[in-house]
Amino acid sequence: MLFDFANVLAFVLVSVAFIYGTLLATRLIRPKKYLRDKAAIYECGEPTIGSSWIRFNIRFYTIALVFLIFDVEVVFLFPVVVVLRQQGLLAFSEIVVFVVVLAVGLIYAWRFGNLDWIRGGEAKEELEDASEGKKTAYGSLEAGQEDLSK
Amino acid sequence: MQSYIDALIQNIGILQQVPPLIIYTAAILLGCAVVFGYISVVAMIMIYAERKVAGHMQSRYGPMRVGPHGILQSVADSIKLLLKEDTVPDKAHRFLFKLAPLLVFAGAFVPFAVLPFSEHLVISRMNIGIFYILSLAAIEVIGVIMAGWASGSKWSLYGGMRLAAQMVSYEIPMALAVLTVVAFSGHLGLHEITHAQGKWPWEWFASPLKSPFTAVGFVVFYIAGLASTKRLPFDLPEAESELVAGFHTEYSGMRFAYFFIGEYTAMYVVCAATAVLFLGGWNGPFPGVVNMLGKTFFLLFVMIWLRWTLPRLRIDQVIFVCLKVLLPISLICVIGAALQAVLF
Repeated sequence: MLFDFANVLAFVLVSVAFIYGTLLATRLIRPKKYLRDKAAIYECGEPTIGSSWIRFNIRFYTIALVFLIFDVEVVFLFPVVVVLRQQGLLAFSEIVVFVVVLAVGLIYAWRFGNLDWIRGGEAKEELEDASEGKKTAYGSLEAGQEDLSK
Repeated sequence: MQSYIDALIQNIGILQQVPPLIIYTAAILLGCAVVFGYISVVAMIMIYAERKVAGHMQSRYGPMRVGPHGILQSVADSIKLLLKEDTVPDKAHRFLFKLAPLLVFAGAFVPFAVLPFSEHLVISRMNIGIFYILSLAAIEVIGVIMAGWASGSKWSLYGGMRLAAQMVSYEIPMALAVLTVVAFSGHLGLHEITHAQGKWPWEWFASPLKSPFTAVGFVVFYIAGLASTKRLPFDLPEAESELVAGFHTEYSGMRFAYFFIGEYTAMYVVCAATAVLFLGGWNGPFPGVVNMLGKTFFLLFVMIWLRWTLPRLRIDQVIFVCLKVLLPISLICVIGAALQAVLF
């Protein structure tokens, strides 16, 4: 048992040694010349405007919360599923209760649109139209064709 | 592997004079080095294979200049990366920027400690095998988010956040798909899971004849594996046409190479884990190693095939597929598999 986990330690140490070893070795052969323009952030060749740590979509937090709930569920399910065959129907009923309680939570989040990337409103309709091919970024397709025929 | 070392010590007289701790340490480091060499070679072959397959799928030749049919292309690439300057942007958080490639590489390399190549050819027969692989996949996510945030670039930040959302979401269906198999094997070790499957395809967990729930779990696991290794159609974090290169936009030289090797190593881990969990591991008509490597490389080829066939999804579609399709399906599969395991 100890031997099995000693291997894991060895693998971690070898990967750290590989990374720092190759970095040290290549330091001898690679060029090292500082230029202010080279150390700038790459943004299509234009000088960067403002901070790079900008705000991003609030959706990411909802995803993180959903993940947190279900990840905890999975961690608790693992030991129960392992002893499932020995414990029989008792363990099975526990799994069912646990999964159903969380499934209710999932249905709740689904029903109130927390799983949608864009929630309600104009933006959602636009997105749906776009995926159905009705509207493009340049206005609707039919209108464009009418303009052409005129 | 421990039994082999014990047998060696008993049969060779000189080894009995040496303290066992030294022998074990030497054996562990040797095993580690062998696996490391194997991964480096496999990663180079896969990078070449990807470019070659891509070429032929698009009616071109792919790399042709370096060596006959370009077989030395990967060697030339690695020499180029070794000689490249290692730049760190002024705006980057230097410590995290330098730490991130290490986490990504280690997260992809350390799972190899438990991956079996055949019944006896395995480094560590750990009793929590598959759980260990799943938990290391989570460490890789931290490395990528760290790279995205610490680069100080907007492209990197977007790539990092998209990847965070994608990888953590797909971890859940992946773990639930593993649970369907564990319900039948009753053990988390990769050896016990393989022993629960037979020699022929209809005795594997991927077969609907064995259990329809694990067969669905196989599909869910492979799709989630594609997402967690950032392969198309889930390669949004890197989306080269919109985010330049996503989280590794600012990396150059060897640090970029670590991400690259890490990505291909992670692909290998996912495919090998799929082969063990659902395709019977080393079971099959050929000798053990041939079966295992054949299944793994076939799954790798399918990954490359998909990359050059499917278009990229949008981020809302990625989240939709995970939370509204795969998650309910895998929850049903867990309950179904548990019921079947209890009753039959």
